[in-house]
Amino acid sequence: MRVTVIDYKAGNLTSVLKALHHLGAETEVTDADSALIASAERIVLPGVGHFAATKRLDDTGLTPAIRSAIARGVPFLGICVGMQWLYAGSTEAPGHAGLAHFAESCTRFPEAGEKVPHVGWNSLAPSNASRLLAGIQSGEYVYFTHAYKAPTTSDTAAITHYVEPFAAAVERANVMGVQFHPEKSGATGLAILRNFLHWKAA
Amino acid sequence: MLTRRIIACLDVHAGRVVKGVQFVDLVDAGDPAALAARHAREGADEIVLLDITATHEGRQTLLDTVRRTARELFVPFTVGGGIRTVQDAEQVFNAGADKVSINSAALADPALITAIGSSFGSQAVVVAIDARRNPQAADPAREAQVYVHGGRKPAGRSVVEWAREAEARGAGEILLTSMDSDGTRAGFDCDLTAAVSEAVHIPVIASGGAGTVGHFAEVFTRGKADAALAASIFHFGVSSARSLKEQLAASGIPMRLPC
Repeated sequence: MRVTVIDYKAGNLTSVLKALHHLGAETEVTDADSALIASAERIVLPGVGHFAATKRLDDTGLTPAIRSAIARGVPFLGICVGMQWLYAGSTEAPGHAGLAHFAESCTRFPEAGEKVPHVGWNSLAPSNASRLLAGIQSGEYVYFTHAYKAPTTSDTAAITHYVEPFAAAVERANVMGVQFHPEKSGATGLAILRNFLHWKAA
Repeated sequence: MLTRRIIACLDVHAGRVVKGVQFVDLVDAGDPAALAARHAREGADEIVLLDITATHEGRQTLLDTVRRTARELFVPFTVGGGIRTVQDAEQVFNAGADKVSINSAALADPALITAIGSSFGSQAVVVAIDARRNPQAADPAREAQVYVHGGRKPAGRSVVEWAREAEARGAGEILLTSMDSDGTRAGFDCDLTAAVSEAVHIPVIASGGAGTVGHFAEVFTRGKADAALAASIFHFGVSSARSLKEQLAASGIPMRLPC
Protein backbone atom coordinates (compact mmCIF):
# COMPACT_ATOMS: atom_id res chain seq x y z
CA MET A 1 0.00 0.00 0.00
CA ARG A 2 1.07 3.53 -0.71
CA VAL A 3 0.85 6.41 1.77
CA THR A 4 1.30 10.06 0.88
CA VAL A 5 2.91 11.84 3.82
CA ILE A 6 2.60 15.60 3.92
CA ASP A 7 5.70 17.54 4.93
CA TYR A 8 4.83 21.03 6.13
CA LYS A 9 8.18 21.63 7.82
CA ALA A 10 6.79 21.09 11.30
CA GLY A 11 9.28 18.83 12.97
CA ASN A 12 10.83 15.88 11.22
CA LEU A 13 9.17 13.08 9.37
CA THR A 14 11.76 10.38 9.93
CA SER A 15 9.98 8.57 12.76
CA VAL A 16 6.61 8.47 10.99
CA LEU A 17 8.16 7.22 7.74
CA LYS A 18 10.16 4.61 9.61
CA ALA A 19 7.06 3.22 11.33
CA LEU A 20 5.09 3.15 8.04
CA HIS A 21 7.96 1.34 6.29
CA HIS A 22 8.21 -1.11 9.19
CA LEU A 23 4.55 -1.97 8.56
CA GLY A 24 5.22 -2.59 4.89
CA ALA A 25 3.87 0.65 3.43
CA GLU A 26 5.45 2.52 0.55
CA THR A 27 5.61 6.24 1.15
CA GLU A 28 5.85 9.38 -0.90
CA VAL A 29 6.46 12.76 0.69
CA THR A 30 5.16 16.06 -0.60
CA ASP A 31 5.41 19.60 0.69
CA ALA A 32 3.64 21.43 -2.11
CA ASP A 33 2.53 19.11 -4.88
CA SER A 34 -1.27 19.11 -5.05
CA ALA A 35 -1.16 16.53 -7.86
CA LEU A 36 0.29 13.97 -5.43
CA ILE A 37 -2.59 14.66 -3.05
CA ALA A 38 -5.05 14.31 -5.92
CA SER A 39 -3.72 10.83 -6.72
CA ALA A 40 -3.13 9.76 -3.10
CA GLU A 41 -4.43 6.42 -1.83
CA ARG A 42 -3.91 7.27 1.84
CA ILE A 43 -2.74 10.49 3.45
CA VAL A 44 -0.87 11.04 6.71
CA LEU A 45 -0.42 14.55 8.10
CA PRO A 46 2.18 14.30 10.87
CA GLY A 47 3.27 17.20 12.97
CA VAL A 48 4.79 18.47 16.14
CA GLY A 49 5.21 21.98 17.34
CA HIS A 50 3.01 24.99 16.81
CA PHE A 51 -0.48 25.12 15.25
CA ALA A 52 0.64 28.12 13.16
CA ALA A 53 2.95 25.75 11.22
CA THR A 54 -0.16 24.41 9.46
CA LYS A 55 -0.49 27.80 7.74
CA ARG A 56 2.01 26.39 5.27
CA LEU A 57 -0.71 24.02 4.01
CA ASP A 58 -2.72 27.08 2.93
CA ASP A 59 0.33 28.88 1.52
CA THR A 60 1.34 25.91 -0.63
CA GLY A 61 -2.21 25.30 -1.86
CA LEU A 62 -2.45 21.85 -0.27
CA THR A 63 -5.54 22.64 1.84
CA PRO A 64 -8.08 22.52 -1.03
CA ALA A 65 -6.36 19.40 -2.43
CA ILE A 66 -6.67 17.69 0.96
CA ARG A 67 -10.32 18.78 1.22
CA SER A 68 -11.04 17.18 -2.18
CA ALA A 69 -9.18 13.98 -1.27
CA ILE A 70 -11.20 13.67 1.93
CA ALA A 71 -14.41 14.27 -0.02
CA ARG A 72 -13.60 11.43 -2.43
CA GLY A 73 -13.11 9.09 0.54
CA VAL A 74 -9.31 8.84 0.83
CA PRO A 75 -8.37 7.59 4.32
CA PHE A 76 -6.71 10.48 6.17
CA LEU A 77 -4.77 10.38 9.42
CA GLY A 78 -3.63 13.52 11.25
CA ILE A 79 -1.06 13.08 14.03
CA CYS A 80 -0.64 15.54 16.94
CA VAL A 81 -0.83 19.03 15.39
CA GLY A 82 -1.98 17.19 12.24
CA MET A 83 -5.07 16.07 14.19
CA GLN A 84 -5.63 19.54 15.64
CA TRP A 85 -5.61 21.00 12.13
CA LEU A 86 -8.76 18.97 11.36
CA TYR A 87 -10.64 21.25 13.79
CA ALA A 88 -11.82 24.81 13.20
CA GLY A 89 -8.77 26.30 14.89
CA SER A 90 -6.71 26.51 18.04
CA THR A 91 -6.23 29.16 20.67
CA GLU A 92 -2.50 28.59 20.04
CA ALA A 93 -2.84 30.57 16.78
CA PRO A 94 -6.14 32.47 16.99
CA GLY A 95 -5.79 34.19 13.63
CA HIS A 96 -5.30 30.99 11.66
CA ALA A 97 -8.11 28.61 10.68
CA GLY A 98 -7.84 24.85 10.54
CA LEU A 99 -9.66 22.61 8.06
CA ALA A 100 -12.86 22.74 10.17
CA HIS A 101 -13.77 19.16 9.25
CA PHE A 102 -14.65 18.95 12.94
CA ALA A 103 -16.47 22.05 14.11
CA GLU A 104 -14.82 22.47 17.53
CA SER A 105 -11.59 24.27 18.38
CA CYS A 106 -8.48 23.21 20.27
CA THR A 107 -7.57 24.89 23.54
CA ARG A 108 -4.67 24.85 25.98
CA PHE A 109 -4.86 22.63 29.04
CA PRO A 110 -6.11 24.78 31.94
CA GLU A 111 -3.61 25.60 34.68
CA ALA A 112 -4.59 23.33 37.53
CA GLY A 113 -1.36 22.50 39.28
CA GLU A 114 -0.36 19.89 36.68
CA LYS A 115 2.51 20.49 34.31
CA VAL A 116 1.70 21.76 30.85
CA PRO A 117 2.72 20.42 28.31
CA HIS A 118 1.39 16.91 28.85
CA VAL A 119 4.41 14.73 28.14
CA GLY A 120 4.68 10.98 28.52
CA TRP A 121 2.72 7.76 28.36
CA ASN A 122 -0.96 7.97 29.21
CA SER A 123 -3.79 5.49 28.85
CA LEU A 124 -6.55 5.33 26.25
CA ALA A 125 -10.25 4.66 26.68
CA PRO A 126 -11.22 3.77 23.09
CA SER A 127 -14.77 3.93 21.80
CA ASN A 128 -16.19 0.57 20.72
CA ALA A 129 -17.21 2.12 17.41
CA SER A 130 -13.69 3.17 16.45
CA ARG A 131 -12.20 1.31 13.53
CA LEU A 132 -8.84 3.07 13.89
CA LEU A 133 -8.53 1.71 17.41
CA ALA A 134 -9.98 -1.74 16.71
CA GLY A 135 -8.34 -4.30 18.98
CA ILE A 136 -6.90 -1.66 21.34
CA GLN A 137 -7.91 -2.39 24.91
CA SER A 138 -8.98 0.22 27.40
CA GLY A 139 -5.93 1.14 29.49
CA GLU A 140 -3.31 0.63 26.80
CA TYR A 141 -0.65 3.34 26.88
CA VAL A 142 0.50 5.70 24.14
CA TYR A 143 3.04 8.56 24.08
CA PHE A 144 1.85 12.17 24.17
CA THR A 145 3.64 15.50 23.96
CA HIS A 146 1.34 18.52 23.60
CA ALA A 147 -0.05 21.57 25.38
CA TYR A 148 -3.24 22.03 23.31
CA LYS A 149 -6.03 19.48 22.91
CA ALA A 150 -9.41 18.89 21.31
CA PRO A 151 -12.63 18.53 23.33
CA THR A 152 -14.53 15.25 23.58
CA THR A 153 -17.56 15.03 21.25
CA SER A 154 -19.59 12.33 19.51
CA ASP A 155 -16.70 11.99 17.00
CA THR A 156 -14.18 11.19 19.73
CA ALA A 157 -12.61 7.77 19.13
CA ALA A 158 -10.65 7.61 22.39
CA ILE A 159 -10.58 9.65 25.57
CA THR A 160 -7.53 10.29 27.73
CA HIS A 161 -7.51 12.07 31.08
CA TYR A 162 -4.99 14.76 31.91
CA VAL A 163 -6.25 17.67 34.01
CA GLU A 164 -9.56 16.91 32.27
CA PRO A 165 -10.84 14.41 29.67
CA PHE A 166 -9.78 15.27 26.12
CA ALA A 167 -9.95 13.67 22.67
CA ALA A 168 -6.93 11.37 22.29
CA ALA A 169 -8.35 10.28 18.93
CA VAL A 170 -11.08 11.48 16.60
CA GLU A 171 -12.74 9.61 13.76
CA ARG A 172 -15.59 10.21 11.35
CA ALA A 173 -15.71 7.85 8.38
CA ASN A 174 -12.42 8.20 6.46
CA VAL A 175 -11.08 11.11 8.51
CA MET A 176 -9.07 10.17 11.58
CA GLY A 177 -6.75 11.93 13.97
CA VAL A 178 -4.61 11.00 16.97
CA GLN A 179 -3.26 13.46 19.51
CA PHE A 180 -0.57 10.98 20.61
CA HIS A 181 2.37 9.72 18.54
CA PRO A 182 1.58 6.20 17.29
CA GLU A 183 5.05 6.03 15.70
CA LYS A 184 6.55 6.35 19.21
CA SER A 185 4.02 4.28 21.15
CA GLY A 186 5.50 0.82 20.91
CA ALA A 187 3.35 -2.13 19.87
CA THR A 188 0.09 -0.27 20.63
CA GLY A 189 1.03 2.58 18.31
CA LEU A 190 2.08 0.24 15.51
CA ALA A 191 -1.24 -1.64 15.83
CA ILE A 192 -3.11 1.66 15.38
CA LEU A 193 -1.04 2.59 12.32
CA ARG A 194 -1.67 -0.90 10.92
CA ASN A 195 -5.43 -0.36 11.35
CA PHE A 196 -5.10 2.87 9.38
CA LEU A 197 -3.12 1.16 6.61
CA HIS A 198 -5.83 -1.51 6.30
CA TRP A 199 -8.77 0.89 6.59
CA LYS A 200 -11.30 0.43 3.76
CA ALA A 201 -14.59 2.20 3.17
CA ALA A 202 -17.33 0.25 4.96
CA MET B 1 -3.37 8.39 34.06
CA LEU B 2 -0.07 9.96 33.03
CA THR B 3 2.70 7.62 34.13
CA ARG B 4 6.19 8.38 35.38
CA ARG B 5 8.84 7.36 32.90
CA ILE B 6 11.83 5.05 33.25
CA ILE B 7 14.44 6.04 30.69
CA ALA B 8 17.33 3.75 29.78
CA CYS B 9 20.57 5.56 29.06
CA LEU B 10 23.40 4.26 26.90
CA ASP B 11 26.76 6.00 27.02
CA VAL B 12 28.44 5.52 23.67
CA HIS B 13 32.04 5.97 22.60
CA ALA B 14 33.11 5.37 18.99
CA GLY B 15 29.90 3.51 18.21
CA ARG B 16 30.06 1.19 21.24
CA VAL B 17 28.21 1.26 24.54
CA VAL B 18 30.80 1.82 27.25
CA LYS B 19 28.54 2.30 30.26
CA GLY B 20 24.90 1.72 30.90
CA VAL B 21 22.92 -1.42 31.23
CA GLN B 22 24.55 -4.42 29.62
CA PHE B 23 22.92 -7.76 28.99
CA VAL B 24 25.29 -10.67 29.45
CA ASP B 25 23.31 -12.92 27.16
CA LEU B 26 23.59 -10.61 24.17
CA VAL B 27 26.10 -11.84 21.62
CA ASP B 28 27.38 -8.31 21.27
CA ALA B 29 26.78 -6.56 24.58
CA GLY B 30 28.30 -3.31 23.38
CA ASP B 31 26.12 -2.72 20.34
CA PRO B 32 23.88 0.32 20.93
CA ALA B 33 21.20 -0.83 18.47
CA ALA B 34 20.91 -4.26 20.09
CA LEU B 35 20.88 -2.79 23.60
CA ALA B 36 18.31 -0.10 22.79
CA ALA B 37 15.98 -2.66 21.20
CA ARG B 38 16.38 -4.93 24.20
CA HIS B 39 15.56 -2.12 26.63
CA ALA B 40 12.47 -1.13 24.67
CA ARG B 41 11.30 -4.76 24.62
CA GLU B 42 11.90 -5.05 28.34
CA GLY B 43 9.80 -2.06 29.22
CA ALA B 44 11.93 1.09 29.03
CA ASP B 45 9.66 4.06 28.26
CA GLU B 46 12.37 5.92 26.36
CA ILE B 47 15.94 5.51 25.25
CA VAL B 48 18.69 8.12 25.61
CA LEU B 49 21.98 7.71 23.76
CA LEU B 50 24.81 9.95 24.90
CA ASP B 51 27.93 10.28 22.79
CA ILE B 52 30.40 10.74 25.63
CA THR B 53 33.39 11.59 23.46
CA ALA B 54 31.58 13.72 20.90
CA THR B 55 34.59 14.48 18.76
CA HIS B 56 34.26 16.11 15.40
CA GLU B 57 35.90 13.07 13.74
CA GLY B 58 33.47 10.74 15.49
CA ARG B 59 30.41 12.55 14.11
CA GLN B 60 29.80 10.21 11.18
CA THR B 61 30.18 7.18 13.43
CA LEU B 62 27.60 8.64 15.79
CA LEU B 63 25.14 9.34 12.97
CA ASP B 64 25.53 5.76 11.72
CA THR B 65 24.92 4.53 15.27
CA VAL B 66 21.82 6.71 15.62
CA ARG B 67 20.51 5.49 12.27
CA ARG B 68 21.00 1.82 13.15
CA THR B 69 19.57 2.28 16.64
CA ALA B 70 16.50 4.22 15.47
CA ARG B 71 15.62 1.80 12.67
CA GLU B 72 13.56 -0.62 14.75
CA LEU B 73 12.92 1.55 17.81
CA PHE B 74 9.33 2.68 18.34
CA VAL B 75 9.63 4.53 21.64
CA PRO B 76 10.96 8.08 22.06
CA PHE B 77 14.67 8.28 21.32
CA THR B 78 16.92 11.10 22.53
CA VAL B 79 20.49 11.70 21.37
CA GLY B 80 23.01 13.93 23.12
CA GLY B 81 26.68 14.80 23.01
CA GLY B 82 28.46 17.26 20.78
CA ILE B 83 25.35 18.97 19.38
CA ARG B 84 26.50 22.59 18.98
CA THR B 85 24.46 23.96 16.08
CA VAL B 86 21.03 23.63 14.47
CA GLN B 87 22.76 21.71 11.65
CA ASP B 88 24.20 19.20 14.15
CA ALA B 89 20.70 18.73 15.56
CA GLU B 90 19.16 18.39 12.11
CA GLN B 91 21.59 15.60 11.19
CA VAL B 92 20.71 13.72 14.37
CA PHE B 93 16.96 14.16 13.74
CA ASN B 94 17.32 13.03 10.14
CA ALA B 95 19.17 9.95 11.40
CA GLY B 96 16.06 9.08 13.45
CA ALA B 97 16.29 10.81 16.84
CA ASP B 98 13.08 12.30 18.26
CA LYS B 99 14.80 14.66 20.68
CA VAL B 100 18.26 16.10 21.13
CA SER B 101 19.89 16.77 24.46
CA ILE B 102 22.06 19.87 24.62
CA ASN B 103 24.21 20.93 27.55
CA SER B 104 27.34 23.09 27.31
CA ALA B 105 26.44 24.42 23.84
CA ALA B 106 23.18 25.77 25.27
CA LEU B 107 25.04 27.44 28.13
CA ALA B 108 27.49 29.02 25.70
CA ASP B 109 24.70 30.14 23.37
CA PRO B 110 21.21 29.96 24.94
CA ALA B 111 19.69 31.07 21.61
CA LEU B 112 20.48 27.55 20.35
CA ILE B 113 17.53 26.25 22.43
CA THR B 114 15.12 28.57 20.61
CA ALA B 115 16.71 27.91 17.24
CA ILE B 116 16.34 24.13 17.47
CA GLY B 117 12.88 24.45 19.06
CA SER B 118 11.54 26.70 16.34
CA SER B 119 12.64 24.27 13.61
CA PHE B 120 11.76 20.97 15.28
CA GLY B 121 9.37 21.89 18.08
CA SER B 122 10.03 22.42 21.78
CA GLN B 123 9.23 18.78 22.51
CA ALA B 124 12.41 17.87 20.63
CA VAL B 125 14.76 19.94 22.81
CA VAL B 126 16.03 18.51 26.08
CA VAL B 127 18.34 20.80 28.03
CA ALA B 128 20.74 18.76 30.15
CA ILE B 129 22.03 20.40 33.32
CA ASP B 130 24.91 19.08 35.42
CA ALA B 131 24.34 20.35 38.95
CA ARG B 132 26.26 20.48 42.21
CA ARG B 133 24.87 21.61 45.56
CA ASN B 134 26.18 24.90 46.87
CA PRO B 135 27.49 23.98 50.34
CA GLN B 136 27.96 27.63 51.29
CA ALA B 137 24.34 28.52 50.64
CA ALA B 138 21.55 28.57 53.20
CA ASP B 139 19.69 26.08 51.00
CA PRO B 140 22.42 24.06 49.21
CA ALA B 141 19.97 22.23 46.90
CA ARG B 142 17.84 25.21 45.91
CA GLU B 143 20.97 27.23 45.24
CA ALA B 144 22.81 24.45 43.40
CA GLN B 145 25.23 25.58 40.71
CA VAL B 146 25.58 24.56 37.08
CA TYR B 147 28.80 22.74 36.16
CA VAL B 148 30.44 22.02 32.84
CA HIS B 149 33.32 19.85 31.61
CA GLY B 150 31.97 16.69 33.19
CA GLY B 151 31.18 18.41 36.46
CA ARG B 152 34.66 19.86 36.97
CA LYS B 153 34.14 23.53 36.18
CA PRO B 154 31.47 25.86 37.58
CA ALA B 155 29.51 27.72 34.91
CA GLY B 156 28.74 30.55 37.31
CA ARG B 157 24.98 30.04 37.14
CA SER B 158 22.26 28.88 39.48
CA VAL B 159 20.61 25.60 38.40
CA VAL B 160 17.08 26.80 39.15
CA GLU B 161 17.60 30.07 37.25
CA TRP B 162 19.15 28.28 34.26
CA ALA B 163 16.30 25.75 34.17
CA ARG B 164 13.79 28.63 34.15
CA GLU B 165 15.67 30.39 31.38
CA ALA B 166 15.89 27.17 29.34
CA GLU B 167 12.12 26.75 29.66
CA ALA B 168 11.51 30.38 28.68
CA ARG B 169 13.72 29.89 25.62
CA GLY B 170 11.73 26.89 24.50
CA ALA B 171 13.21 23.77 26.09
CA GLY B 172 10.75 20.89 26.18
CA GLU B 173 12.31 18.96 29.07
CA ILE B 174 15.14 19.28 31.59
CA LEU B 175 17.55 16.39 32.13
CA LEU B 176 18.97 17.11 35.57
CA THR B 177 22.08 15.24 36.68
CA SER B 178 23.29 15.57 40.24
CA MET B 179 27.07 15.48 40.00
CA ASP B 180 27.18 14.99 43.78
CA SER B 181 25.12 11.80 43.53
CA ASP B 182 26.29 10.50 40.16
CA GLY B 183 28.03 7.15 40.56
CA THR B 184 27.35 6.91 44.32
CA ARG B 185 24.31 4.61 44.11
CA ALA B 186 23.23 6.33 47.32
CA GLY B 187 20.02 7.78 45.85
CA PHE B 188 18.94 10.65 43.64
CA ASP B 189 19.27 14.19 44.97
CA CYS B 190 15.57 14.60 45.72
CA ASP B 191 15.85 18.10 47.19
CA LEU B 192 17.63 19.34 44.06
CA THR B 193 15.17 17.58 41.74
CA ALA B 194 12.15 18.95 43.62
CA ALA B 195 13.59 22.48 43.57
CA VAL B 196 13.95 22.38 39.78
CA SER B 197 10.68 20.53 39.16
CA GLU B 198 8.76 23.13 41.18
CA ALA B 199 10.49 26.00 39.36
CA VAL B 200 9.44 24.97 35.81
CA HIS B 201 6.33 23.69 34.01
CA ILE B 202 8.18 21.31 31.71
CA PRO B 203 9.06 17.74 32.71
CA VAL B 204 12.21 17.13 34.73
CA ILE B 205 14.18 13.92 34.24
CA ALA B 206 16.23 12.99 37.31
CA SER B 207 19.63 11.44 36.85
CA GLY B 208 22.49 10.38 39.10
CA GLY B 209 22.63 8.23 42.19
CA ALA B 210 20.15 5.41 41.57
CA GLY B 211 21.05 2.42 43.68
CA THR B 212 17.80 0.74 44.69
CA VAL B 213 14.19 0.53 43.55
CA GLY B 214 13.36 2.64 46.59
CA HIS B 215 15.52 5.47 45.24
CA PHE B 216 13.28 5.65 42.17
CA ALA B 217 10.15 5.68 44.32
CA GLU B 218 11.64 8.51 46.37
CA VAL B 219 12.61 10.69 43.40
CA PHE B 220 9.11 10.28 41.89
CA THR B 221 7.42 11.30 45.17
CA ARG B 222 9.61 13.56 47.29
CA GLY B 223 11.75 14.59 44.31
CA LYS B 224 8.70 15.36 42.09
CA ALA B 225 10.53 13.96 39.06
CA ASP B 226 8.51 13.27 35.91
CA ALA B 227 11.00 10.70 34.69
CA ALA B 228 14.14 9.02 35.92
CA LEU B 229 17.18 7.97 33.98
CA ALA B 230 18.55 4.53 34.72
CA ALA B 231 22.03 3.81 33.45
CA SER B 232 22.77 0.71 35.43
CA ILE B 233 19.63 -0.79 36.92
CA PHE B 234 21.22 -4.23 36.76
CA HIS B 235 23.68 -3.31 39.44
CA PHE B 236 21.08 -3.35 42.14
CA GLY B 237 19.21 -6.51 41.56
CA VAL B 238 16.43 -5.87 39.08
CA SER B 239 16.56 -7.78 35.86
CA SER B 240 14.88 -5.26 33.54
CA ALA B 241 13.02 -1.98 33.30
CA ARG B 242 9.84 -4.06 33.48
CA SER B 243 10.82 -5.55 36.82
CA LEU B 244 11.75 -2.10 38.15
CA LYS B 245 8.41 -0.71 36.94
CA GLU B 246 6.42 -3.57 38.46
CA GLN B 247 7.99 -2.93 41.83
CA LEU B 248 7.36 0.83 41.55
CA ALA B 249 3.75 0.25 40.48
CA ALA B 250 3.28 -1.99 43.53
CA SER B 251 4.33 0.93 45.70
CA GLY B 252 1.76 3.20 44.08
CA ILE B 253 3.79 5.03 41.41
CA PRO B 254 1.88 5.18 38.09
CA MET B 255 3.82 3.16 35.51
CA ARG B 256 3.18 2.01 31.94
CA LEU B 257 2.35 -1.66 32.50
CA PRO B 258 2.10 -4.12 30.91
CA CYS B 259 4.86 -2.96 28.65
